[in-house]
Amino acid sequence: MPPQINRLLILFAILIALFLIVRHFLVPASFGDLGHYRANSLIDNADTLLHPVKYRGVKSCEGCHDSVIALKKIGPHVNIKCETCHGPAFKHIKNPKTDTLLVPKTIPYTRFFCAKCHTKNKARNEKIIKQIDPNEHNVDMACTDCHNPHHPLKDLK
Amino acid sequence: MAIDEKNTTRRTFFKTAGLIAGGFLAGSYMKPFTGALYAAEEPKGKGKWYGIGIDLEKCIGCGNCAKACKAENDVPLEPFFFRSWVEQYTIKNDGTVKVESPNGGIDGFKQSVPDNEIMKSFFVPKMCNHCATSPCEQVCPVGATFRSPEGIVLVDKEYCIGCRYCVQACPYGCRYLHPIKKTVDKCTFCYHRLKNGLNPACMDACPVGARIYGDLRDPNGVMAEFIKTHTCNTLKPHLNTRSKLYYNALSQEVR
Repeated sequence: MPPQINRLLILFAILIALFLIVRHFLVPASFGDLGHYRANSLIDNADTLLHPVKYRGVKSCEGCHDSVIALKKIGPHVNIKCETCHGPAFKHIKNPKTDTLLVPKTIPYTRFFCAKCHTKNKARNEKIIKQIDPNEHNVDMACTDCHNPHHPLKDLK
Repeated sequence: MAIDEKNTTRRTFFKTAGLIAGGFLAGSYMKPFTGALYAAEEPKGKGKWYGIGIDLEKCIGCGNCAKACKAENDVPLEPFFFRSWVEQYTIKNDGTVKVESPNGGIDGFKQSVPDNEIMKSFFVPKMCNHCATSPCEQVCPVGATFRSPEGIVLVDKEYCIGCRYCVQACPYGCRYLHPIKKTVDKCTFCYHRLKNGLNPACMDACPVGARIYGDLRDPNGVMAEFIKTHTCNTLKPHLNTRSKLYYNALSQEVR
């Protein structure tokens, strides 16, 4: 082989070896184990210290709030989970008295809160959810004045 | 400049070329080089392969899914970013389509077009489709976004360089750059909840049960049942993302 090719081959060999050494130190551990990504990231993404679980589910409400759950089970709101309206329970479980999850029963708040689902809207199917026009339906009252939020059809005035 | 006397014939050329090409093909099956194969097919396996089903006939546009996602995953409230949001489509009698998503739908919707002008109206909740051949995963220059073995597309926050190529590449608009962490954020399908046996926050939050998810490989599972009994469509199928989010009753106006 001509001497120039020899020299070039040696140079390339050195460069490739250098590259492989640098790559060995730069590529993080577990990269390429499962695919073109750092496999340890699966552990990071599942880590509940980095990503605390906030919504705890109906099971975390059972035991203290059984009467409300039993009432809800026999009404039209049976399939709505507690935290959907009350918000995530993770703080309340630790400090039930200080971090309460009560939904305010004031007139403006309930009329905004319940209306999110129950306002008349052409896009909402009447068969799926009962709807009212908030501008006409008992305008000066809070929804909870007549409706028990856990069983809205019970003891309606 | 001496020209080599040995005459390289066509036969020699084809032999060498064939050897090199065959060598590449065989080499691509070896573990360090399987990137080319991963791009073409989903890894076959016995594990779960998650899919999502959203029934547009049931959705009432309450926005509880978007709100629950924000609360569970610390999604920044302002500037407004969403991992999951709801849109309202109003098709008027004159044929025009109006799309609204006030605050992503977290505070519900108001009907903005009078009844007599509406031909059809419906809500479309959107989220990351966790595509089987996702463009976001394909374009990432460093390999910071990937598909987990269960089929969930995740972001490696330690590795992301914040170039936003994936934000640009996603056809569904579900990725954003976190304003404080400066890495890309997106729906993780509540991976931290999934791995602890819980449902994703948006699935539990839906009051009418319009959102379901499950193992697509399970022939008796909820997803198989959903796909069998409903007319399902995915968004933008022409882009070949192999999205795993199946909508029931997806109207053609939805983009």
